[in-house]
Amino acid sequence: MSNSQTERNGDVQKERSMALQKELVGGHFDALGRAKEEGRKVVYTFVPGNLTELMRSFDLLPVLPEINALQSGMRKLSGGYISEAEKQGHSEDVCTYVKCDIGMLKKGNVGPTGKPIPEPDLLLLSYTGCCTFMKWFELLKQEYEGCPVAMLHVPYQADGQVHSHYRDYIVEQLRSEVIPKLEQVSGQAYDEDKLRSNLTLSAEAEDDLVWVLESAKNVPSPIDAYFGGVYYIGPIFGAFRGTPEGVDYYRTLRSEIEERLANKQGPITPDGELDEERYRLVIEGPPNWTSFREFWKMFYEEGAVVVASSYTKVGGLYDRGFRHDATRPLETLADYCLGCYTNLSLPARVDLLEDYVRDYSADGFMINSVKSCNSFSAGQLLMLRQLEERTGVPGGFIESDLVDPRYFSAANIKNRIESYLQMLEQKRGAAA
Amino acid sequence: MTTDLAQLVERVSHLFEDLNFQSVRDWKSEEPGRHAIGYMPIYVPRELVHAAGMLPVGILGGGDRLEIIRGDAYFQSYICHIPRSTIELALTQRLEALDGMLFPSICDVIRNLSGMWQMLFPERYVRYIDLPQNFDPAVGGTFWRQELDTLRTDLGRIAGREITDRELQHSVSVYNENRRALRQLYEARSARPWLFPTSEVYLVLRAGTVLPVEEHTAIVRRYLELAPLEDDRREQDMSRVVLVGMFCEQPPLGLLITLERAGCWIVDDDLLLGLRWMGGDVPEDGDPLQNLVIAYLEQSAQTASVYQPEGRRGTWLVDSVQRNVAEGVIFCAPSFCDPALLEQPMLVAALEREGIPHTQFKYSENTGQFAVIREQAGTFSDSIRLWSEA
Repeated sequence: MSNSQTERNGDVQKERSMALQKELVGGHFDALGRAKEEGRKVVYTFVPGNLTELMRSFDLLPVLPEINALQSGMRKLSGGYISEAEKQGHSEDVCTYVKCDIGMLKKGNVGPTGKPIPEPDLLLLSYTGCCTFMKWFELLKQEYEGCPVAMLHVPYQADGQVHSHYRDYIVEQLRSEVIPKLEQVSGQAYDEDKLRSNLTLSAEAEDDLVWVLESAKNVPSPIDAYFGGVYYIGPIFGAFRGTPEGVDYYRTLRSEIEERLANKQGPITPDGELDEERYRLVIEGPPNWTSFREFWKMFYEEGAVVVASSYTKVGGLYDRGFRHDATRPLETLADYCLGCYTNLSLPARVDLLEDYVRDYSADGFMINSVKSCNSFSAGQLLMLRQLEERTGVPGGFIESDLVDPRYFSAANIKNRIESYLQMLEQKRGAAA
Repeated sequence: MTTDLAQLVERVSHLFEDLNFQSVRDWKSEEPGRHAIGYMPIYVPRELVHAAGMLPVGILGGGDRLEIIRGDAYFQSYICHIPRSTIELALTQRLEALDGMLFPSICDVIRNLSGMWQMLFPERYVRYIDLPQNFDPAVGGTFWRQELDTLRTDLGRIAGREITDRELQHSVSVYNENRRALRQLYEARSARPWLFPTSEVYLVLRAGTVLPVEEHTAIVRRYLELAPLEDDRREQDMSRVVLVGMFCEQPPLGLLITLERAGCWIVDDDLLLGLRWMGGDVPEDGDPLQNLVIAYLEQSAQTASVYQPEGRRGTWLVDSVQRNVAEGVIFCAPSFCDPALLEQPMLVAALEREGIPHTQFKYSENTGQFAVIREQAGTFSDSIRLWSEA
């Protein structure tokens, strides 16, 4: 590992974009902390199918419970929150994001900055790509009894196509259900010009994000598109799509990666820059958050770089050409929702991953199957077989969970990763 | 048991146990060109399948009678059992009689199973039935109408002819007959559960997933006539309970028998809910497709996979307890069933607001040991009878 890039802060090497992201996220949670005293309204919603540009056009502040849960996982708090929810009668079998969120709520709803997250003024149920979302917000509705819920049902792309009546259905729900409730909560009228302006900013940031993600097609890759990728998607999947701050972040990030690419540098890891790229991998499935750095280390210690991943597409599949289009504001929001990764059929997911393996010159692909998320996990074993058949590239399979520390068996996972990479090495040797 | 009832029960038991769907094969072979369309739980508009001259066939997993050899290789240990036994049925050619499969939007597992089906059986017709979660006729109704239009066209293509309005009106009518018979059966069981034990009622109900609807209605009506004639079926000091959580993966029959032996009269349940999805009749006059749309929006069963805009989860359960004069609720959900298990805390809260006793346990379709469940259900039943205020 070398330490050529920017500055080191404690144990972790920092780039300018990292500091900027920290500032953005910190500022957002500070704003949430002050929301009630400043009279600002708060909307809880989900990452896939989030309508950030629309919410922001009403000056509403978004809260994303999945992000809170994963941050609780990274801060080693999720285990306690999950136990709390299970004590209250939530099954050990169900999504740990939900239980982490419920447990956090029961313990004071304290956010990552240590300040309480305000109660929602609206639960915007973007029902996109995950059936658990509906139950999650129904559970929250029980906790915040007076809080209205706006349901946005996004049809599933079961046959791999966006049919016009899907789009019409979403647009009609936006007009008849979502916008009236946003108006009611915010006290502001729907302003389409403001929405268009936000959408224009979204498309700018999306261009830069795609450039960054596609930089991994280079050898060596200047980024890790999974472990690093989850940081890169943070602002655009969170509260900053359609904001000038989001545009600035992605411009900064892109310029850093351009520099890394020009210098033929590898990705930054928590232990510094990766000097030698030995394996190029595609990963399907979300990461484990409770042991995130340990998990990442298992890969970079072996010189394995993730060049493409499906998880970084849960909040939007921009690298397939979609951009928010300010000329058709509600229709573009509908198309965005329809195109999120977990709203794709399994055959479409396999097609995408197959393209990634080929387009990014991957040596292999791995599936991290998480117990909590059937939207991802159900069918992954068939996806593994199909991908191996189609690409001729061997696949690896590991199991963990999102935020339940009981389901991260470090020794077992490390052993599987090492064995898998050894197998790739042998295959490479045999081919030579 | 009288001979007539014994024969009826034997027939429905045989249909229940037949994992080769021989009755479906027989029905198809009776007339050339017949088609059968499978469907997963919970709700699909079977009227459309019937109107196309096809047989809708409920695919409800393999229960405890199917050894899973290949199906386990497709699913991780933390995924429920029904998809693995369904894949097993298909990979062992037991579903060869089916010309297509419908996968309704229950949960992410069944949703993804529809994609697996597309990849594993590319020559078969597969459709995901995306039930609307918006109940405004102008919004969710318009969407659902378009989805039904597509299904109607697809089924017509398989049948080799268009489905006419007249055919669909007729199908609505015969399904209304079936719904009326099933409502009557549930009312009769609630009134005198000792005459209509659930372990038997379930088999009668289950026959409706494989038989032509007209034949099933006749069986239900015949059962309603025959069961009360049994002299040895007497009222006993048992607790009246509502059973919740079994709407998708089915419990082994032994579990239902165990609950009754443990002292529980089951007076309402959500078993095979799709057969009883509509609270009332679907109108038979006018545009039949639109009638199905409006019936879905206005008469759908309240269950975990259906959004309730007013956010009052559990009202239906409290209503059921009161309507059926039940003394308690047993939550009996399949392991790893997201909708049932995520719903459960909300239902528990609704019951606790009303002071209604409840207990809970989980099962898998191939659960073979019932001792613990019997003990728990027995204790629950005893506690209700011995200590309830009534």
